[in-house]
Amino acid sequence: MTTAEIQLKPKDYASEAHPDWCPGCGDFGILNAVKQALAELAIEPHKVGIFSGIGCSGKIAHYLKTYGFHTLHGRVLPVASGAKLVNEELTVLAMGGDGDGYGIGAGYFVNTGRRNLDMTYMVFNNGVYGLTKGQASPTRQRGEKTKSMSAPEIQDNINPIGMAVSAGYTFIARGYAMDVKGLKELVVAAINHKGTSFIDVLQPCPVYNDIQTMEWFSGRDRPGRSPRVYKLTDDKSFDPVVHDPSDAAEIVAKKQAALGKSYEWGDQIPIGLLYKIDLPTYEDRMRQRRGIEPGAEAKSIIKDSMPGQDITSTLEQYR
Amino acid sequence: MTVTNKLSWMIGGPQGSGINVSADVFAKACVRSGLRVFSNIEYHSNIMGRHSYFRVRVNEKPIQSHVEPVDLLLALDRETLFGDVDAPYQTHRGHVHRLVDGGGIILDAELGVEIDEIGRDDVKIYAVPYAEILREGVARAGADYNSKRHDIMRNMVSVAASFALVHMDMDQIVALLREKLGEHRQDLVDLNGHVLAATADFMKENYPDPFAVNINPVEVDKAPLYMRGADAVALGKVHAGCSLQTYYPIAPATEESVVLEQIKDDYPIIVLQAEDEIACVNQAVGAAHAGARASTSTSGPGFALMIEGLGFAAITEAPGPVVCLYQRGGPSTGLPTRGGQTDLRLALQPGHGEFPHILIAPGDLAECFELTYNAFNYADSYHVPVVVLLDRVLAAGHWTIDDFDRDHLDVTFGPRYDPDKSLEGDTYRRHLLTESGVSPRSIPGEPGGMFVTTSDEHTESGKISEGIVNRLNQMDKRMGKLQVIADEIPEEVKWNLHGPSDADLTVVAWGSTKGAIIDAMDTLKRRKNIIVNFLQIRMMRPFPTDAIAGILTKCENVVVFEDNYSGQLRDLITQSTGIKIEKLVVKYDGRPFSQTEIEIGILNAISEHAEKRLVLSHE
Repeated sequence: MTTAEIQLKPKDYASEAHPDWCPGCGDFGILNAVKQALAELAIEPHKVGIFSGIGCSGKIAHYLKTYGFHTLHGRVLPVASGAKLVNEELTVLAMGGDGDGYGIGAGYFVNTGRRNLDMTYMVFNNGVYGLTKGQASPTRQRGEKTKSMSAPEIQDNINPIGMAVSAGYTFIARGYAMDVKGLKELVVAAINHKGTSFIDVLQPCPVYNDIQTMEWFSGRDRPGRSPRVYKLTDDKSFDPVVHDPSDAAEIVAKKQAALGKSYEWGDQIPIGLLYKIDLPTYEDRMRQRRGIEPGAEAKSIIKDSMPGQDITSTLEQYR
Repeated sequence: MTVTNKLSWMIGGPQGSGINVSADVFAKACVRSGLRVFSNIEYHSNIMGRHSYFRVRVNEKPIQSHVEPVDLLLALDRETLFGDVDAPYQTHRGHVHRLVDGGGIILDAELGVEIDEIGRDDVKIYAVPYAEILREGVARAGADYNSKRHDIMRNMVSVAASFALVHMDMDQIVALLREKLGEHRQDLVDLNGHVLAATADFMKENYPDPFAVNINPVEVDKAPLYMRGADAVALGKVHAGCSLQTYYPIAPATEESVVLEQIKDDYPIIVLQAEDEIACVNQAVGAAHAGARASTSTSGPGFALMIEGLGFAAITEAPGPVVCLYQRGGPSTGLPTRGGQTDLRLALQPGHGEFPHILIAPGDLAECFELTYNAFNYADSYHVPVVVLLDRVLAAGHWTIDDFDRDHLDVTFGPRYDPDKSLEGDTYRRHLLTESGVSPRSIPGEPGGMFVTTSDEHTESGKISEGIVNRLNQMDKRMGKLQVIADEIPEEVKWNLHGPSDADLTVVAWGSTKGAIIDAMDTLKRRKNIIVNFLQIRMMRPFPTDAIAGILTKCENVVVFEDNYSGQLRDLITQSTGIKIEKLVVKYDGRPFSQTEIEIGILNAISEHAEKRLVLSHE
């Protein structure tokens, strides 16, 4: 069946399981955006692998009717990468919280950026460890004290977008969980992108994050009640796309611009695409080494690697 | 009297001086001469300068271990002879004391070693002027001597001198160098040929008397394979259809992954160097779930990081991965380049919580190949992680074998999801309760086979559940696999009783000590009429309790040999069977058992006043 013939709706990706997230949780927005994106792309559910970490966000694998792997705290990227390496026909989406991805899984966040496997990683960034009842996450700013912290944070926060830029991600975006339509568009673009896409999704935690609340993001405390989040597409001077991937100067300039945007916080928080470059994927590079033309149709290695490989020629070299 | 085709050869020198290539050339030439070889290197965790040595033992019949006495010692420096005498704390005495009566030392005449210094009038010194011969060889080739370009062949003078002493054909070296260097470096091959000829002439002129050992080629149809256990493991993986190997560099496990890196483009296998061992194991788990036969290899420190991933693999019932654990001397960083059988206890319980896994320990080349191959069948059949327990000797030691018998190897997969058998209105359940505990499996991408699984306790459908009845059912399902595995895997895989059923002494051991034990049994029988049998345990989990108990209760005198401090296998036997074994021979100096040491241990065990816990050490 060709894509054009398939009619899929967001509800076709909904499992029977009832989400047990708290009312008002940003996770609902992300779940809806993902379902809408998959339906828009008309990727049949059995061709999707959802990999999630541990925490409130990790439960999303249970709420989608696809292949779902609710993995370990911090290890979602290695698990997803391993699956994608051998089964490259699968559309792979990895998801997890900010503690999961930027704390315990920071090493995998950085190193996955080096490979450029064709998959998408979404981080549900709410600034707290929700499921363990509200401890500060690596994105918590110095001096802030949410309600379950006993004292203000004395460590500095990390900059996920900046880390992604330096790690080599080829598609970097920031979404906002309460802007489902905008997030859906980012997810569609991320999945369409050939290479590893990263979306940092800002979201309120209505129970534990009493600083960056939904009201705060929407700027209800500000004069004129103007929202704190703004869309990068509204900034006509900002172009996140590298138009000539062989131009080293353009790459550096676009990375610097993305990095600059990543430090905007407080009253002006940009959301949308921050950086994008088309480079050969890890799969392309593997195929190239095997003498297969770039752009050849993806064929998973598991279809070739049957037991009983003839090793005679290698053995003879040991005599 | 000259001995034919029984030689214990050793080359020693600073790390980085090319002793590996020298030993490789010598050993391979013996292999090409139809002989059997065991060789093993000992080296420091260092790139340049520290003392390392390579032993090559040659025989007409299969041998699988080294012996302590050395017939011929090739010394590239003074430390090889006398040890690190100038160090603030001397760590070794060198190797002169290991020479047999009538043995020989080949050394560089320019080292200025006086005969008196050696302190042995029963050994022969062959002082060879390496630089002079090198210059002579270069001149014969019609080239101008250039130290930067030519000194690299210095070792070849040493190896060639040993060839001359044992009457081996120099053309063997030339042929091997041609293979190594390739046709396009024929100039280098020729140059080496002249250096070898100059060495041969020097030896004939100055040392015409026959040496105590000579090598006489044996007619064989085909030279045997000469390789390390790590090579056999790598080939076992490829033959099994493994499509992903992940690794993080670590001694001594890296040897295996380097082999796979070298051959990866010839086979459908992806070899990925990951960012750490946690990534390695989880990539392999993800790949196993996604339809691959997947594996990773590491050593103790890496395995300590991987255990989180093994629990994850087990609770989500991934078909694997296969994890090869090459033990080294621990704890912590320990003895990075030295050996030991120190991680059995860790490998028996690799993680928190209770979950099933399979633990197997090969002891030689054939077992490295076949058990690794089978490990993938087990992973696919039972949806459990499989740990293959190896060690430094298996990683770096070389053996000869005619071939790997592959005709009898079969392929087994566990039950597969069958869309035709799905009940109307019933959705597929990845963790379906079944009699065997193994649930039919679908592969991501298959229509209708969609499932969710989780590292949380879950229902048959993979949904998180903390319900009591469900917990009991799922625990019983997973843990019950151990009994199914124990029932289905044949006894001959799990253990082997080598030698007669009735013996003066029963040796119990596992892993790489097998070779030295088999060699010692043979020698003790021939020389002293001591009859020993050897119970080799190859599967530690599930443990073949009944069979082992049955054998041991019939044995009057039992001794366990282990390359660790505490006797980890002995404890496992006691824990599983209730049988207490009094006699233990251990080594924890990071060096493998030699045949000689096994003989010492056996003689102790059969003596009237046997030491209950005999500690052996190399120095």
